[in-house]
Amino acid sequence: MKVLVAVKRVIDYNVKIRVKADKTGVETANVKMSMNPFDEIAVEEAIRMKEKGKATEVIAFSAGPAQCQETIRTALAMGADRGVHVLSDAELQPLAVAKLMKAVVDKEQPGLVIVGKQAIDDDSNQTGQMLAALLGWSQGTFANKLEIGEGVAVKREVDGGLENVMLKLPAVITTDLRLNEPRYASLPNIMKAKKKPIEQLTSEALGVDVAPRLKTLKVEEPPTRKAGIKVKTVAELVEKLKNEAGVI
Amino acid sequence: MTSPLINRRDLAFVLYDLLDVGAFTQQARYADHSRETFEAAIETAHRLALEKFHPHNAKADKNEPTFDGNTVSMIPEVAEALAAFRDAGFFAPTKDYELGGMQLPLTVAQACNAMFQSANIGSAGYPFLTVGAANLIESFGSQEQKSLYMAPMLAGRFFGTMCLSEPQAGSSLADIRTRAEPQPDGSYRVIGNKMWISGGDHELSENIVHMVLAKIPGGPPGVKGISLFIVPKRTVNPDGSVGERNDVRLAGLNHKMGYRGTTNTVLNFGEKGGAVGYLLGQPHRGLEYMFQMMNEARIGVGQGAVMLAYAAYLFSLEYARGRPQGRAPDSKDPASPMIPIVEHADVKRMLLHQKWVSEGGLHLCLYAASLVDRIAMAGDAAQKARLELLLDTLTPIVKGWLSEVCLKSNEHAVQILGGYGYTRDYPVEQYYRDQRLNPIHEGTDGIQAIDLLGRKMAIKGGAGWNAVKAEIARAIAIAEAHDELRPMARDLAGLVETVEATRATLLGAMGKGQASLALANAFHFLDLFGLLVMGWMWLWQASAVRDLPPPATAEERAFRAGKLAACRYFFTYEVPRSAYLASMLVRLDDTMLSMRSEWFA
Repeated sequence: MKVLVAVKRVIDYNVKIRVKADKTGVETANVKMSMNPFDEIAVEEAIRMKEKGKATEVIAFSAGPAQCQETIRTALAMGADRGVHVLSDAELQPLAVAKLMKAVVDKEQPGLVIVGKQAIDDDSNQTGQMLAALLGWSQGTFANKLEIGEGVAVKREVDGGLENVMLKLPAVITTDLRLNEPRYASLPNIMKAKKKPIEQLTSEALGVDVAPRLKTLKVEEPPTRKAGIKVKTVAELVEKLKNEAGVI
Repeated sequence: MTSPLINRRDLAFVLYDLLDVGAFTQQARYADHSRETFEAAIETAHRLALEKFHPHNAKADKNEPTFDGNTVSMIPEVAEALAAFRDAGFFAPTKDYELGGMQLPLTVAQACNAMFQSANIGSAGYPFLTVGAANLIESFGSQEQKSLYMAPMLAGRFFGTMCLSEPQAGSSLADIRTRAEPQPDGSYRVIGNKMWISGGDHELSENIVHMVLAKIPGGPPGVKGISLFIVPKRTVNPDGSVGERNDVRLAGLNHKMGYRGTTNTVLNFGEKGGAVGYLLGQPHRGLEYMFQMMNEARIGVGQGAVMLAYAAYLFSLEYARGRPQGRAPDSKDPASPMIPIVEHADVKRMLLHQKWVSEGGLHLCLYAASLVDRIAMAGDAAQKARLELLLDTLTPIVKGWLSEVCLKSNEHAVQILGGYGYTRDYPVEQYYRDQRLNPIHEGTDGIQAIDLLGRKMAIKGGAGWNAVKAEIARAIAIAEAHDELRPMARDLAGLVETVEATRATLLGAMGKGQASLALANAFHFLDLFGLLVMGWMWLWQASAVRDLPPPATAEERAFRAGKLAACRYFFTYEVPRSAYLASMLVRLDDTMLSMRSEWFA
């Protein structure tokens, strides 16, 4: 069984995000970029499946500018076998990415697709679900544990607890934080990754319309948090929660 | 600021703009490499250091290892960090692909090590010793020794140590008493006590490979009778499996001021008749072999000192930017808001001092590593010999002088935090305590000073000094091309002449049988020579900044302005100290030599 994993190039989680002066987006020039942490978990899970003999090949997919190859290369250094890069300098929204992935799935015929539940830049949490819908496959989102047998048993993180579902294959999985702890790209594997192939495609060649369906009006910093006050008594606190905050 | 470990822009500047490691990839050995593979290795090191080493740095300090008479215990995070370190391949970054390595140049591997040293010097100590011990076996061991001991060390399964000192013989290795008695099967029985053995016992690895200096009975006296032995904690069977406990016992752990994450031990060899040991290389050449490990270790200690200074610098800088206190002296309005302490000139003094130490020190340490690489890549024997002399001459500065100025740098970090810096709630006091080891181990700074003046300045008719002079002359010529750097270039040229004259006077005295008098002030000569080398590094950095293409961002402009300011600080406040040092040295002052024990108190 082939496993396809998606890896998104995002601003590194350590970087303090700055909004562009014209409020059209966030500053990405000269900013350190790395793989979306949820996608690292997806890559790790796929590699573990291969190590256990449950998967035969792990393909890392990314869509975006030329530098996405670096992100794919990181996945290859972790242990993925080869890469597929859809080159695009346009803004890619979740629906466009899902459509591109569907085209690649049609071509590659994987038995399982694993993606991060969301990317830490736009927090959309949509691509996996959209892809499952486009493919007509079952989906197991927010996976906390996976077990491949006849189908795939997924433990999902849901509000208030964990839910166990059994999916038929093929399926789309989205990863949650506790699924695994991703490995580091080891030094020997960084060298091996150089020799692994990355196929480059375009949205035109795949026949996918990637035009944005949503328009961004304005991007702003969240309002700075106001200083708090100290209350003297519990009664005063309850009074304020009731009358000022209106939460009880 | 995104990393508490190192300024990544500064590291890239040193590697690519100053040392040009990108050019190494033209060598066949590094043909598969590129800046991208170097950066991928550094990125892995940075993340691993930040996520696995940095978080338990304070915890390992507060919970030092304990010994119950049988087993050493320590916090579990150390083993977890070292397992991740092993899985990522950091025990063998420079080794051949076939040995599980990445064939990285040492310069890049040392840049990776810098992350671990900055994040957690205690936990970084174990692999540091292991790699050094494995390199010894690689250089001088038999095929069998390589497969039984070196290979599992490079795989991170066995750890290593260096066992030189004994309770009665620390700096004075000629006086060691540990003996190795030959056995009919070709092995030896090692009997004796070793002191200050870092990583001497723990449960972090399947086995510990001790590299032990001992004397074979009947050999020549003094250092010429010292041989080097492989003595494993557990014997290793011919098939590579780990066997019984060898006769090596942990007598106890030393309770240290800092560096607490690394166990430091007293080891007894041969309590029950003799520990099984295997001779490495030829008999009686042990100290010569061990010098390979010691020279590597000295560069490593210098870099460890720099990274402790660097981590403290970054922390105190962040603190100074966020701590409002007082107002500018010319501010008249007491109701105006307080300014962050980074705006006070005296705090800038301490930050500038830390900046030249940390960034200049990193440059010097990686330059030393690049010399090791260039020695390996040298096309002809003469070039190789010249580079070796250059490295040998700089080693006492890397180890001895840097560990002195880095300690001072850590003191400034504590001072910037004031009372907070003196508490255990902030990391700067730990960095300071950790740093305090560096002037002591791998040859005290007093030993380094005597090595520099008594040996390195004199060997081969001063060829080492000439090699340093030639490099500095080149740096001066490059700086002369920039109007604003010319005054500093001339100061450095003047300093070269000062050192030249001082060296001639001191070596002259030694030649006339006044070795004790000439060496009495060796420590001050080390200081003088350190100023010269650090001045060279900073002039080199300033020239490189001036030769870069125009900056693209405000951050880059600030980075470059900071480099030029640190260079200016060094030449304004530090280089002039050379005048008084030199005047005292050329007088052959005997204040210290003539002082008598009974006069002290």
